[in-house]
Amino acid sequence: MPPLVSIEGLSVAFNGVPVLRGVDLKLQKGEALGLVGESGSGKSVTWLAALGLLPRHARVSGSVRLDGGEILGAGEAELDQVRGGRVAMIFQDPASALNPVLTIRKQLCETLALHRDLSGAAVKAEALRLLDLVGIPDAARRLSAYPHEFSGGQVQRIMIAMALAGNPDLLIADEPTTALDATIQAQILELLWSIRREMGMAMVLISHDLGVVAENCDRVAVMYAGRIVEEAPSNQLFADPVHPYAQGLIGALPPLDGPRRRLTAIAGTVPDPASMPGGCAFAPRCALAAEPCGHAAPSLAPIADSRTVACIRAEASRRALLGMAAE
Amino acid sequence: MSVPLVEVAAISRSYAMRSGMFGRSTAVHAVDGVSLTIPKGETLGLVGESGSGKSTTGRIVLGLEPPDRGAVRFDEKPMAAPGTAAWRAQRARMQMIFQDPLGALDRRLPVAAQIREPLDIHGVGTPAEREERVRELLRAVELTPAHGARYPGALSGGQRQRIVLARALATKPDFLVCDEPVSALDVSIQAQVVNLLADLQAQLSLTLLFISHDLRVVRQISSVVAVMYLGRIVELGSADDLFARPEHPYTQALVSASPAPGRRSAGRIVLSGDPPNPAARPKGCAFHPRCPCAIARCATETPILSAVGGDRQVACHLVTGSKPATKAATRDAA
Amino acid sequence: MGRYFAIRIGRAALTIVLVVTFAFVVLRLSGDPSLMILGPEAPPEVLAAFRKAWGLDDPIWFQYLDYFGAIAKGELGRSMRDGRPAIELVLERIPATLALTLPAFAFKVALGIPAGIYAALHRGSAIDRAVMMAAVAGFTVPSFVLALLLVLVFAVQLGWLPSGGQDSWRHAILPIATLSLGGAAVLARFTRSAMLEVLGQPYIRTASAKGVPWRKVVTSHALPNAAIPTVTILGFMVGTLIAGAVVVESVFSWPGVGRLLVVAVANRDLAVVQCILLLVALTMVTSNLIVDFLYGFLDPRLRMKGAHA
Repeated sequence: MPPLVSIEGLSVAFNGVPVLRGVDLKLQKGEALGLVGESGSGKSVTWLAALGLLPRHARVSGSVRLDGGEILGAGEAELDQVRGGRVAMIFQDPASALNPVLTIRKQLCETLALHRDLSGAAVKAEALRLLDLVGIPDAARRLSAYPHEFSGGQVQRIMIAMALAGNPDLLIADEPTTALDATIQAQILELLWSIRREMGMAMVLISHDLGVVAENCDRVAVMYAGRIVEEAPSNQLFADPVHPYAQGLIGALPPLDGPRRRLTAIAGTVPDPASMPGGCAFAPRCALAAEPCGHAAPSLAPIADSRTVACIRAEASRRALLGMAAE
Repeated sequence: MSVPLVEVAAISRSYAMRSGMFGRSTAVHAVDGVSLTIPKGETLGLVGESGSGKSTTGRIVLGLEPPDRGAVRFDEKPMAAPGTAAWRAQRARMQMIFQDPLGALDRRLPVAAQIREPLDIHGVGTPAEREERVRELLRAVELTPAHGARYPGALSGGQRQRIVLARALATKPDFLVCDEPVSALDVSIQAQVVNLLADLQAQLSLTLLFISHDLRVVRQISSVVAVMYLGRIVELGSADDLFARPEHPYTQALVSASPAPGRRSAGRIVLSGDPPNPAARPKGCAFHPRCPCAIARCATETPILSAVGGDRQVACHLVTGSKPATKAATRDAA
Repeated sequence: MGRYFAIRIGRAALTIVLVVTFAFVVLRLSGDPSLMILGPEAPPEVLAAFRKAWGLDDPIWFQYLDYFGAIAKGELGRSMRDGRPAIELVLERIPATLALTLPAFAFKVALGIPAGIYAALHRGSAIDRAVMMAAVAGFTVPSFVLALLLVLVFAVQLGWLPSGGQDSWRHAILPIATLSLGGAAVLARFTRSAMLEVLGQPYIRTASAKGVPWRKVVTSHALPNAAIPTVTILGFMVGTLIAGAVVVESVFSWPGVGRLLVVAVANRDLAVVQCILLLVALTMVTSNLIVDFLYGFLDPRLRMKGAHA
């Protein structure tokens, strides 16, 4: 089956500073892909670049194909059909993601008018149906309310309704629950889960929270310093991470049950994009780094069925992990 | 249990809040009858969502704001009246760390000067001794004197939080209140700071009140955990036991909502309804409108935090000595 | 809702009282009007008669109460020079001033707001830099310098336009240009920064991500938000319609309220000065009230009545 989205060698630089350094990623129809990494790793930039949503001074190169058709560098009119129509996006901070001076009806119907062949009463009926679908109570009355009259969780529901308005094939959720309280996060994730199942829509879930990604995605890609360093089915990645950075991320997460152990913190900090180390960007923080790691940046290579990793010490890393587990 | 360093007895605090520009003001009970005891050298974790009153509790414990009712005792003495010499002496023994280290630091001063500031204020030692102490503190938080010469803007988030920690430790306090100290940090940096905090606590026998919404981090660092909901403690118990066997339906939902690798969302308790609003606190048990096992009594009668066996205390009509609130438990299994 | 506006109107009234009081005190303390009007050589008995006639030998607090009592009755006093009611003198000058300030205001808006929006949308471009440079010049060059510069170029060097007077529409061109150029620069700068602030907001990215064409993102998502801070500066400009032309009227010998004010101050013509100041305070305060109303209209967050949970 041809992939829904296929990204190849996607690179982005702001004022000559590279923030995305060659990302390759494929997404199948209906699939849920998680993208994890720390701030500055490029997980959001990847999708903003793919949809042409970065500021004008960003230099973008590479290729992004949607159903085989190139959309990177496509005309604005063509992109406006893709954005919100075939690919919808929701963002982190619900409080500022909706226009404060426009009513919910205006913002929701705007999307419907752009991407759906509806008019007059049908638009309003569809808007009500969507609000109902995402669990906004008393939708008919709330349609004329402004964003500040809703709680954070409700605004995120409205964002989801807006995203669904164009019947997209792909929903990109960029840290959709980071700004929300734990019990509300659970509600939103549950909603995304059920909607995706119902509509057969593909989803990219961008998050710094490994738990959120693990629970909600079929496959996970780990990003570090503008590159994907490991890609694997969720359960395999969390049970058996291979890249030392992926191992570090999982080891840094305090367990919620079982015995307490000292957290395995990754030493140092994320490198400054303006002065990236030569070779593997993670090498300066990596416990397994060897001399060749500084020579050339490793590329993603398959290590097993549907698993890839970008590390020349992958074998050693795997042995180290098995040794650790055997102890 | 060892001697308590901090004893909080039934503190309450309410604010007048105006709803909207033209609305009339209503009393918001931020904290309502909270009692806590923190033994010397131990960590009490305070967990809750926004509006639970956990930060206000931290501020009252530190004496940053007075309670309307109730009292705080520190090292077996009541908190001295603000402004007195006794109060200053007490305050030097307790410090606070906030979520946003950049906001807590002065951008126009090198960080070493900011670590030194409390020493100057309290007139500790000679200038040369203070310099030595600053170097020692930087070492203690695993930074170098070179970091000390920088301005806050030139440091990473994790390094800034270390500086804030070093400054808090300058006066050799016995007690630290940490309000979401690692929430703004990336996972790998968060682990560094959590480890550092645990090490320093062991070295300096610090007593901590650790406030966070992150159950994992709280469990990692706390011996005892209190769960707050709308200004009240709903459950209290030893950290490992509380997260392994939560008894209050709210704690059960919180634990269940914490996503974990390897667990599917099928068995999750998803609470319906909006997040708690301190300005419109439900009658009876404040949690009852969202509670999956609420009964009629919950809407009228406020449950009292009481011992249910072991060192666990729960404020729920449905939790009695022998069994946890059950309806949620069966749903979890279904 | 009523309380909100009651507070605002009360505050406006207090502002006016304070302005009038301040003007009253400063004018009484800064010199004897009888000497200014009758000249230093006037015989003492004439001066004494003048002072008695105008109540100048009463205690200052008595004059003050008297003055407010008169205002309450709608009586704004008479000019000490020709005995005509002060309000009459001022009112007959207002059309001349408005003939300058109203077109100037229109030019400021027509020039400044589009320039600011364009500069924000093309941030870093040559036009943006030109707008910013013009704005800095507009901020820093005092209007009398600009006025003299314009006179030098267009009246003296090129001889295209008259340098002063009020005989035809051509006489109004240079004063209006002086008034509008500086204001347009200020407005452009405000609009630009308001617009840039809004364009950086997450909801703009949300609109683009929905597939809203950029032109519509600007007109229906960005502009309504950028209008909110811009209204403040517009309100301030409306407040200067009556007396914002003091310098320009003096330079171009334009017989408006501003010139009247200069002459009246020089002569210590108390009633006239106070009358003008009262009028200025009134326009300022009224325009501020209008801005407050507009805020409520433009920003639904200020309209809320506690409906938010």
